[in-house]
Amino acid sequence: MTAAVLGQDTRAVGRGRPGVRWTLTAGSSLGLGIGMVWFSLLVLIPLAAIVATAGGEGWHGYLDALTNPQSWAAIKLTVGQSLLVTGINVVMGTTIAWVLVRDRFAGKRLLDLVIDIPFAMPTIVAGLVLLGLYGPQSPLGINVSNTRTSVTLALAFVTLPFIVRTVQPVLAELDADVEEAAASLGARRLTVLRRIVLPAIVPAIAAGAALSFARAISEYGSLVLISGSLPYHTEVVSVRVLGFIEGGDRTSAAALATIMLAVALTVIVALDVLQRRVARRG
Amino acid sequence: MSIEISDVNKRFGDFVALEDVNVSLPTGQLTALLGPSGGGKSTLLRIIAGLEKADTGTVSIEGVDATRMSPQKRNVGFVFQHYAVFKHMSVAKNVAFGLEIRKRPKDEVRARVDELLRLVHLSQFADRLPSQLSGGQRQRMALARALAVQPKVLLLDEPFGALDAKVRKELREWLRRLHDEVPVTTVFVTHDQEEAMEVADEIVVINDGRIEQVGTPDSLYDRPANDFVMGFLGEVTRLGDVRLRPHDIEISRSPDLAGSSPADVLRLTRVGFEVRLVAGTEDGREVSVVTTRAHARSLGLAEGERVWLTPSSGAATVPAMTPLVRAELAG
Repeated sequence: MTAAVLGQDTRAVGRGRPGVRWTLTAGSSLGLGIGMVWFSLLVLIPLAAIVATAGGEGWHGYLDALTNPQSWAAIKLTVGQSLLVTGINVVMGTTIAWVLVRDRFAGKRLLDLVIDIPFAMPTIVAGLVLLGLYGPQSPLGINVSNTRTSVTLALAFVTLPFIVRTVQPVLAELDADVEEAAASLGARRLTVLRRIVLPAIVPAIAAGAALSFARAISEYGSLVLISGSLPYHTEVVSVRVLGFIEGGDRTSAAALATIMLAVALTVIVALDVLQRRVARRG
Repeated sequence: MSIEISDVNKRFGDFVALEDVNVSLPTGQLTALLGPSGGGKSTLLRIIAGLEKADTGTVSIEGVDATRMSPQKRNVGFVFQHYAVFKHMSVAKNVAFGLEIRKRPKDEVRARVDELLRLVHLSQFADRLPSQLSGGQRQRMALARALAVQPKVLLLDEPFGALDAKVRKELREWLRRLHDEVPVTTVFVTHDQEEAMEVADEIVVINDGRIEQVGTPDSLYDRPANDFVMGFLGEVTRLGDVRLRPHDIEISRSPDLAGSSPADVLRLTRVGFEVRLVAGTEDGREVSVVTTRAHARSLGLAEGERVWLTPSSGAATVPAMTPLVRAELAG
């Protein structure tokens, strides 16, 4: 998956070849040029446009967005739920990856296959599935519709594969002899996990957590049906932004979008810093 | 005896890795477990370390029954073929690991790590990461890490197997010197008979899950217990009904020695100071003979000449009963 590449490889190249950076050959100049143009068209220019639109009314555009109680509630809900779900995923995703790599059981291949379904299916379909199972007509008798629990559930559903898929290959590549070496030096199982295994998989966990968080704050389809999008209660930022656009208030929509952009950047940077610290500690 | 192994059996599914293994490894010595790949020698080493459990039989280390002891409690140092470094820790941290687990005071840990890094000539690399070291340096670090906890026995599983020939030779000599400096009971696994002969005080030859012979390098070379040991420890050729080493055949130009067999020189190769020749005997077999250049010259040997071949007195010989192919492949 792309996440593993995103998480580690790019840095390793930069660190491993200092000085190479400024001596590009004609071929790699061309490659870099094409890459930058494509990236700019797709990402940088639209992002800049959002920031520019939001800034059209100066600082008070942002302030309005932040001080609007309904928007502020949506931000709090979205960020809070995304952090919560990412936390759950760190634990559950790592556990599932561990089980898939280390344990042998019937149906392992099937589970390995099924893990990707939440990621692969259209989000509105996921929403429909959740509504069917945990909505007013729930066959299980569990109705969480129009509650915050439904937001947590929908986010957890769609973000489940990220950490599993980033941790799994790293765990599979860990050499058994490294753990055996630690054991023969006297380290107990928990110590081996904490000091040998965890530092090795933390970069992968962090990469997966970043993806999971990013997906969670941007989620729309899977939760819009079951959450009911009640203002001040279950309305997330993406729904609020859509509301602004439908109401013709593009500036507020852009301001809110820019705030979320800042939140996403902050969390991804924080995860990276955390990851580096844990990986180094050992 | 430092390590006693009694009646050990081990299977992996249908594959018999070890069969009724009984062996004692002496204290303070450097012992090699020698044999072809898949013969069970690594399994035996892993059973001694507790990384693998024997199906039946017992293992005792320094008089203590260790059969059911976890690897953590056996106090053995283990060195792996592929180094098994802790990638995210510096060289010094790697070496300190076992001591930190044992919660030794910081000053003591630092002093011990310094001492060990000096011993393995890695003092200047203390703060590097393992990925910044060469293969040989990583293996020396792994050795220091294993020695840090002052193990009762040191076990090395093909320690030089992943290194190139030159480094391997250096490290092998260095291991011998290290063992003379730090005389901890050491057992290492190898499939390279030259490595075993050069480094070990004692060699245990293992093949097909069974022990073929135990002894000093000299005694194994001079008095091999069977065909397999003879073939595995050096070159072997067949003259008449016996198998023997090519340098244990005497060449003469006349049939005056009792029991000599006539043969024609088919090929003659000079390699440095020695001359290797292949001679065809009358029963249609080819015999290889190794002699010195001076001797070959004094006899006036040349391709097509007739010679008479005799096993030299005191030569190690075994009756030729099994097909030659197997030993030649192994040797």
